[in-house]
Amino acid sequence: MIAVERLSKQFNGQTVLNDISLKIEAGEVIAIIGPSGSGKTTFLRCLNLLETPSSGRIQVGDVQIDASRPLNQQQGLIRKLRQQVGFVFQNFNLFPHRTALENVIEGPVVVKKTPREQAVALGRKLLAKVGLAGKEDSYPRKLSGGQQQRVAIARALAMEPEVILFDEPTSALDPELVGEVLATIRGLAEEKRTMVIVTHEMSFARDVANRVIFFDKGVIVEQGEAKALFANPREERTRQFLGKFLGTQNTGY
Amino acid sequence: MIEDSLQLALDSAPFLLKGAYYTVILSLGGMFFGLLLGFALALMRLSSLRLLSWTARVYVSFFRGTPLLVQLFVIYYGLPQIGLELDPLPAALIGFSLNMAAYACEILRAAIGSIDRGQWEAAASIGMTRGQAMRRAILPQAARTALPPLGNSFISLVKDTALAATIQVPELFRQAQLITARTFEVFTMYLAAALIYWVLASVLAHLQNRLEARVNRHDQES
Repeated sequence: MIAVERLSKQFNGQTVLNDISLKIEAGEVIAIIGPSGSGKTTFLRCLNLLETPSSGRIQVGDVQIDASRPLNQQQGLIRKLRQQVGFVFQNFNLFPHRTALENVIEGPVVVKKTPREQAVALGRKLLAKVGLAGKEDSYPRKLSGGQQQRVAIARALAMEPEVILFDEPTSALDPELVGEVLATIRGLAEEKRTMVIVTHEMSFARDVANRVIFFDKGVIVEQGEAKALFANPREERTRQFLGKFLGTQNTGY
Repeated sequence: MIEDSLQLALDSAPFLLKGAYYTVILSLGGMFFGLLLGFALALMRLSSLRLLSWTARVYVSFFRGTPLLVQLFVIYYGLPQIGLELDPLPAALIGFSLNMAAYACEILRAAIGSIDRGQWEAAASIGMTRGQAMRRAILPQAARTALPPLGNSFISLVKDTALAATIQVPELFRQAQLITARTFEVFTMYLAAALIYWVLASVLAHLQNRLEARVNRHDQES
């Protein structure tokens, strides 16, 4: 359903992503792990063109973007792609001047031109789904980080995307708020939603993802079924990276 | 003595108010067109096209770097020499608008630039166009940063409209001058004019406060 072909990105003479190809099937939950600066976040952001790849092709559903052609000639396609790709940011990026509900219905109303009443009904349903019934009229500033991130997840869901991308969704949260966001994402995984999650939460990646991809230095070093990869990484570099985690696992999240 | 002054002030009120009418026209007109042009200039300034941002930069530099009085003279007395004759009121309106635009441009550019990149990205991630993102996400937030300095500029503009007296616009200060020339009641007339400017500026300041409270409401309420 999602196909990435030979994606590369150079930035200031440095290769950030080197010739990455990847296929993601509908219903798959993929965790991307790797050290800081490995290119995993850049890769995720390239998937919906928040970052500009230097070359390669990205296909989501029936929309295909060819990064070797000028992207400003493909703006219409890019917007079409983005409507099918939800994105959840590390720093939430909620609209601070809009209430929780207004944040959620913004996409349907403004982009999809969904009638307002219908969007509001959908928004309320989604906020309830992420455990925020009753917070519809709260402004982001009045919500905890965990609550804000759940609003952001509801905002992504409101576009009814084919796939949702999560960029380190719990990295900016106080430790005690991480659980509620992970539980929300786990709930979505159980509904068989297609998701790609860049994360440092290793136990979460192992337990919730079907497939884990290990990034380092702009390439996919290793990928495989989540539990197998964590139990028995094939590559030395993966073992090295997971070493710390494997020594302290079973601490839960 | 004081009674005489009061009587004169009352007798002159219709003339002063007629002047105040022109003052209000010039202020509101200058604000409106200045904001409009200033916004366009701010977009040019933020554009990645060199030519556009450079043009806006030169424009702002010129209109902020030269006296408003000189600008008015160039427009009213200068342009006829190259075949462009303007009546006093339109000439003043154009001058104030062009001048206000330079200040509005800088204020709006700074306000728009101060909005976190993540807001543009969040808007883009739900499929918005850049225009939609600007209208729905960026401008409402930029407005709260821009309102206080814009309000200051507008209040300055109200007072600067007195300069239009020098190019024959029958606005408030000009009316006061004319009455003074007839009656020699210098103190009373100019004080009366000053009070009217004060009232106009105060109304504007009040509106500014209300507007600021409105755009900041997401900070206060739950």
